[in-house]
Amino acid sequence: MTLSFAPVADPSAPLARRNPVAKAGAALLFSLPLIATMDPFTPAVALAVEMLVLPFFGVRLGVVARRAAPLLLAAVGVLITMVLFAADRGGELLVSLGPVDVTTGVLSTAGALVLRIFAVALPGIVVFATTDPTDLADALVQNAKAPARFAIGALAAFRLVPLLGDEWRSLSLARRARGVDAGRNPVATVRLFASTAFALLVGALRRGVRLAVAMDARGFDSGTPRTYARRQHFTPADTALLVLSLLAALLILAASMALGFFHPVV
Amino acid sequence: MSDVQLRDFGWRHAGRRAWAVRGLDLEVRHGERVLLLGPSGAGKSTLLAALAGLLPSDSGESEGTIRIDGLDPRKARERVGILFQDPQTQIVMARSGDDVAFGPENRGVPAGEIWPRVSDVLDRVGFPYSINRPTAALSGGEAQRLALAGVLALRPGLLLLDEPTANLDPPGAALIRDAVARATGPETTLIIVEHRVAEALPLVDRVVVLEPGGGVRADGTPELIFAAYGDKLADEGVWVPGFPAAPLKATSKATPDLVRATRAEVSGRLGPVTIEAGGGEVLAVTGPNGAGKSTLALLLGGLLAPTSGRVEAFGDKRPPHRWRAATLAGRIGSVFQNPEHQFVTSRVVDELALGPRRLGRSPADVERIVGELLERLRLTHLAEANPYTLSGGEARRLSVATALATAPRLLVLDEPTFGQDRRTWRELVDLLAGLRDDGHGIIAVTHDDAFVRTLADRTVPLGAPEPDPLPRRTRP
Repeated sequence: MTLSFAPVADPSAPLARRNPVAKAGAALLFSLPLIATMDPFTPAVALAVEMLVLPFFGVRLGVVARRAAPLLLAAVGVLITMVLFAADRGGELLVSLGPVDVTTGVLSTAGALVLRIFAVALPGIVVFATTDPTDLADALVQNAKAPARFAIGALAAFRLVPLLGDEWRSLSLARRARGVDAGRNPVATVRLFASTAFALLVGALRRGVRLAVAMDARGFDSGTPRTYARRQHFTPADTALLVLSLLAALLILAASMALGFFHPVV
Repeated sequence: MSDVQLRDFGWRHAGRRAWAVRGLDLEVRHGERVLLLGPSGAGKSTLLAALAGLLPSDSGESEGTIRIDGLDPRKARERVGILFQDPQTQIVMARSGDDVAFGPENRGVPAGEIWPRVSDVLDRVGFPYSINRPTAALSGGEAQRLALAGVLALRPGLLLLDEPTANLDPPGAALIRDAVARATGPETTLIIVEHRVAEALPLVDRVVVLEPGGGVRADGTPELIFAAYGDKLADEGVWVPGFPAAPLKATSKATPDLVRATRAEVSGRLGPVTIEAGGGEVLAVTGPNGAGKSTLALLLGGLLAPTSGRVEAFGDKRPPHRWRAATLAGRIGSVFQNPEHQFVTSRVVDELALGPRRLGRSPADVERIVGELLERLRLTHLAEANPYTLSGGEARRLSVATALATAPRLLVLDEPTFGQDRRTWRELVDLLAGLRDDGHGIIAVTHDDAFVRTLADRTVPLGAPEPDPLPRRTRP
């Protein structure tokens, strides 16, 4: 097993303690309205607000930075694409790279997009870093009335995910032991990857089927209304978190309109 | 308390020509403890699935009747609990207590009663940790104990155990045996399928032997059954106590080293080990779980680089993990613990032809090698089958055959006899003894005492500071 169970957040932090559904809902309510605008000001303010709230989740900046690291790839991708293909080449000319003119207009559009990526993704990252998957599934069933068959089933499947890493390693080693390697041939590399992935998939399906049978044998499909060994409570504080998140997002949008930064997507 | 009544019961899985079970008349009364035996393919697991109500009526064809307390098993699900082989695919939740609570939640047990029930049942199976113990941190035997607790938390009147120790090492198997003995009282009817009879014998008072063609061959107390049918059952692959295998030790001296590891170490997985193995000997590597036995097998098989120390083989200046895969396969054959990890193609013949083709053998040679191996490992009738559809014993034979196809001088096997019935076990041992006598070197990582006693010329216990002295070896 490669999954680490070390807590990444202080569970007693005032916002980390909130109901998982409330946290996830708050993240959505805060970040979705931000998508309405294309300007750099709005996501920048949102990011600042997110940073201010971070301590109340009891999660360290380093942890968030590590989990957000894959976003850098997306950011670089956006930057390159915009510099090469942006239609709007307004503003001052900064550098001319052959046929590509890099202007202030291009950079500000690209910068806005990059900021948007981070501003929208960060709340989700923080919520999942501070939420136990079991608590989330419980809250989804108990507070959001999600079907238990879906939420608990997904939770059980999620538990098998770390096994895939180990399995991939042994499948790759077994292929080498069988005399199969790709050498420097890129076509062979792709084929080897595909065949290993297929074997991984077959193994995962078989394990999934066995787990499903074992779960049904313990009454998962009994049709009896489930009881809850672990109660998740949705308190007024959780409602307040939802309302405040939406309000904060709307305030930021209002400010950006008032200051003339607002630039609707359509 | 539940009783079971089968009248001329039969079941055929959809799409199969043969009946998995047929013509079965059997009665098991309240509180009886039954060991269900029979050669592989006699339909034991199908019967348990039918009793557990896990065969939906549209998944096959049934005949006769099957009743639990007079009810169809699909309607008697609340009275029946079933424990499967693999703990990994039975644990649902991330925390141990939550996992035990999963069943009671499903059955609508009032929340206030769940936690007392959970701690009671964890005590009964002897679970040594708190309810917050992450299930990912449990050993195989501990996880299987937890899975048993999860089944018992539903208070089944009929408890079905489907080879509950087949995936466990001997200490893990002992944990489960004790847990079943401690946790099930006279009020539970028990039916166990287990081909390692010695594991199950202390738990049962009745043995039922199924006939592969259908029906019951024998039924009675363990003493009577084994006196009358012991040798036949042993021939058919059942691990009947009192039929030890005759030792097969090397008759000639080992040749110089094929592989040698010098203070080789893999950080976090294997402490520094110095070990060598030559042709014409079987070297058994034993030791407790976590001692790094499988890691050592990977090191010696050229599949893993040591973090420090050296591994040398076949007089090559380059260490085995730097060899091209085709070179490696021609020199060292590795057989993994899970045969399915090893299969690359979708037909048994292609699987066998793969290695020789990668080594550039001519089509005629490939055909000859494949034909010989199919014959030798009794796989000819399965030549066109998909490797993933083979039974456990067949898959094991194929995985060994694939390693042999490139005619490597050294064979490294990880738990080759794990979970095998006595017949496959015997075939493997004979095959490996033959290879050894032809001058091949064989390294086997194993928990299997019978395998070590029967075949090993030398044993290296891992976790101990120094290997055994080498009385039977001569240095050139």
